Formats: sequence, structure tokens, C-alpha cells
Amino acid sequence: MPDTPATAAPALQHRHLLGLATYSADEIQRILQTAREFREVLERPIKRVPTLRGVTVCNLFFEPSTRTKLSFSLAEKRLSADVVNFSASGSSVSKGETLKDTAQNIEAMKVDLCVIRHKSPGAAHFLTRCINGVVINAGDGAHEHPTQALLDMLTMRDHFDTFEGLNVSIIGDITHSRVARSNVFGLKALGANVTLCGPSTLLPVEAAHLGVRVTHRLDEALEGCDVAMALRLQLERQSSGLFPSVREYHEQFGITRRHLAQHPDLLIMHPGPVNRGVELASDVVDHERSIILSQVTNGVAVRMAVLYLLAAAPAGAAA
Amino acid sequence: MPMEPTDHVKAHLMTAADLQRVLDRMARQVAEFVDPSADATATFGLVGLQTRGVHLARRLQQRLHDDDGLAVPLGILDATMYRDDVRLRRTRPEVKPTDIPFDVTGRHLVLVDDVLYTGRTGRSALDALMDMGRPASVRMLVMIDRGLRELPIAPDIVGREVPTLPGEEVRVRLREEDAREGVWLVATDGTGARAG
Repeated sequence: MPDTPATAAPALQHRHLLGLATYSADEIQRILQTAREFREVLERPIKRVPTLRGVTVCNLFFEPSTRTKLSFSLAEKRLSADVVNFSASGSSVSKGETLKDTAQNIEAMKVDLCVIRHKSPGAAHFLTRCINGVVINAGDGAHEHPTQALLDMLTMRDHFDTFEGLNVSIIGDITHSRVARSNVFGLKALGANVTLCGPSTLLPVEAAHLGVRVTHRLDEALEGCDVAMALRLQLERQSSGLFPSVREYHEQFGITRRHLAQHPDLLIMHPGPVNRGVELASDVVDHERSIILSQVTNGVAVRMAVLYLLAAAPAGAAA
Repeated sequence: MPMEPTDHVKAHLMTAADLQRVLDRMARQVAEFVDPSADATATFGLVGLQTRGVHLARRLQQRLHDDDGLAVPLGILDATMYRDDVRLRRTRPEVKPTDIPFDVTGRHLVLVDDVLYTGRTGRSALDALMDMGRPASVRMLVMIDRGLRELPIAPDIVGREVPTLPGEEVRVRLREEDAREGVWLVATDGTGARAG
């Protein structure tokens, strides 16, 4: 490598990662390729590189999260960034502070990059208008969860050479799923065929306009399918009458060993946490064709790649 | 003809044949570092820096095998994650694979790169190697030392020393990576015609 690399690729076209709806196939591929190299760091005895030394990252979690928050914190630490954590509980948010005031206060502490999880769709976008730092969306309501979709795509990429013509079925509560939306945008950009499947109460009417196939029958969704991604059924939705019972949901939309036997090449994914015996039968979760734990490992690598590619140049740096 | 769109060629420093002869000589120098009483496969290693350092290291590995009967393992290193200028650039250098298929601890290593300039890449590479273990020694081999160092990094084996000016670049081109083979001195800042 020469001291001045002639191969310096341009940074991503976007300054923030708010969603995959506007990301091009090239940008997504760049993130996935970079993530594959960062994944190697996670295999080393010393799982830390000094890449983001001096960069301060704030994790703003206004909504409970375990794995996404852990995964981002780990990615930030592996890159040697300075990390500030903020969660809504026990903060001034409970005293009535607005998102804008919270964000501006945090920015006044010279934070370069904010990772935000919020219950309101568009919160990440709103944040970009309040602060100068780079914003990464870690889930905003039922809108988008781009890093989850990127780690899903990285996991698929490990098993298939191309996304062109890959058949992916997303099964479950599509209406309330930011994971499904981000995956639809990303997978479509890369040329995959996406099928959305679920009870009609949990499938948005707009789904037909996303350029995907829509079905209410699991058998139809699994026919010719390469990857089935089951979504977490949010059990609190049962009380709102969107589906009659957990048992009936499992009967109709739960993936079982029978489905694995019928489709010998089918891979199973799930963004977690899994309700065993609901969207996936317990022995499907532990099956060798379930790649749920690779998704978790890939989550750290993908977030390292996103942080690396978006880490802000300080004001006044060379263009 | 130009290697990069803005290149203005000032001198053809080495032909393909020159490269071969210099590599032959450098392979002899590397072989001198190998302890004849030890098993080279277990105690010695070449580490090529992405991208062209890897190809040079591979050619040296082949020569050591053919001429000296030494089976020296080869590692590939990308030091991008250890660079000190991530915050200073708008562009992000592409992160390329790192693959060191041996334990570096206790081993004598030769770091191979095409051009030595400011020394910052060498510094990054040393840090990367130290994170992987504790080598017995690390030596540095470069095809071209173009001077203008910003850090106290010194090569142990040099193909050719070429004093250069800021605004000039040295282009090492290898057939594994490029359409042609050889070394060129180019100007990239438009001053080439005057300075040359």
C-alpha cells in the first residue's frame, strides 16, 4: 500500500444513515464489503483497532433495547471511539425535556456522531436538523432499522454469491416492523425478490406498492424461497385484536420442522428476540439451518463498518 | 498511457526486467536473514502490505522456495484500520482483507511494501502487527524508498532509492494488479512539466 492510497474510494453519498430507502446498491455493497473486513478483527486475540480514536459517539436510546444497544456499544469500543451512553429512563426526558433540547445539550458536549433509537418514526431525521453531527438511525418507530437490515443482508451474502434473483420471504407482523421495511428497501436495491407474508391485519395495504409479492399463506411464501425471515410477534398486539390467539398464529404462520423438511435448502433468520413456539418452533431456532446467531456476530461488524464509513471529518478538514 | 488521470510521467524508473533483477537480489538479502539452523516455516514470515506489497511478497516467497529451498509462510496485511488520518479525510480508504495464517509471536518477520514515503503506513503496519502478538523481529523491505519521511521509520532492504519532491508520486505497477509492469515517477500537481 503506497502512503497515499490511490484506491481511496469516495465515502458514502449520504452523510447520515437514516434508512435504506435512499441508499443505492453501490453504497450498500460498500458497507457489506467493509463489514467483512471488520469481522476479521472480531476473530483476533485483541479485538480492538484504533481506527476511530478521538471520535466521540453518543448512543441515544429513548426506547428499550438490549441487543442493538449492546451491538453498537461493542462496535464503538472495538474501533476505539469514546462512547457516551444515554437512555431515556432516569434522564431529564422523564422531566419533560424535548428531543431537540436533549440533542443540543449532548452536541454541546462535542459529540461527533449520534446513534438514536426512538419510538417515533422520523426521530432520526428530526435529529439531523437539530445537530451538526452525523446521525445513525438505530430504529425509529415502525419506520426503519437500517443497521439490522444491513446485518441481515451481510448474513445472506455469506450464504449466497449474489442477491440478484435471491428469494427472501419476510413473515409476520409486517405493519409494525421497521426491520421488514429496511430489508425491503435494501434487498430490492440489490436485486432480490421479496415476499411479505402475514395475517391481513398485520400486513399494511401499502405493501402492494413496495414492489414486493404479498401473500397471506405461509406455504406460498416458502415455495421456492431461499431465506425465510420470521419477525417477532409483539404479543401485546393480541390484546388489540390484530390476531385471535398465539396458538392460532403459530398454526398458520409459525415455521416448524415440517417446513424445513419440505424445503431442504431453506435458511431461517430472525432479528430477535425470538418467541420460541410462536413465529418459530423451538427446534427450528436451534436447527443447523437457522442462522440467527451469525446475524448477531454480523451485527457488530456491520455497525463497525457504518461507523467507519460515516465518522465525521471535523469542521475545517480537507474536503 | 497515464496511470491515473492526472499523472504526468516524468521518468521511467524501472522496467519489468529491472524489477525482476532487483527482486532476485532482494530475495538473496531476505534469505540472509533466515537462520539456517532453524525451521524457516516455523520461525520466519513474510508480510505483504495491501495491495502491491502482497504481490511483491508472493514473488519473494516463490524465489526463496525455488532458489533456497525455504518454505516461508506469507501473510497479508491491510493497515487501513490503523491509519492516523481517518478524521482528516472526507474519503474513506477501502478496507482490504488481512490474513496472517501464522502466529506472529516469536517469529522473525519481513514487512514488504512497494513504496516507502512518509513512513505513516509503516507505523500503522507495525501497530497492526503488535496487536496480533509479539514478533521476535520485524524488518522492512520496500521496492522504492522515495524519501520525505515524516516518522523515524527506516527500511532494511531497499530496491532502489529515488529522491522525490512533494507533488510527485512513484507508481509501482505489477502485472498481477495492473495492465503493465515497471516503476514510474509522475507529477500529480501540474508542476511536473516545470520541475521535470
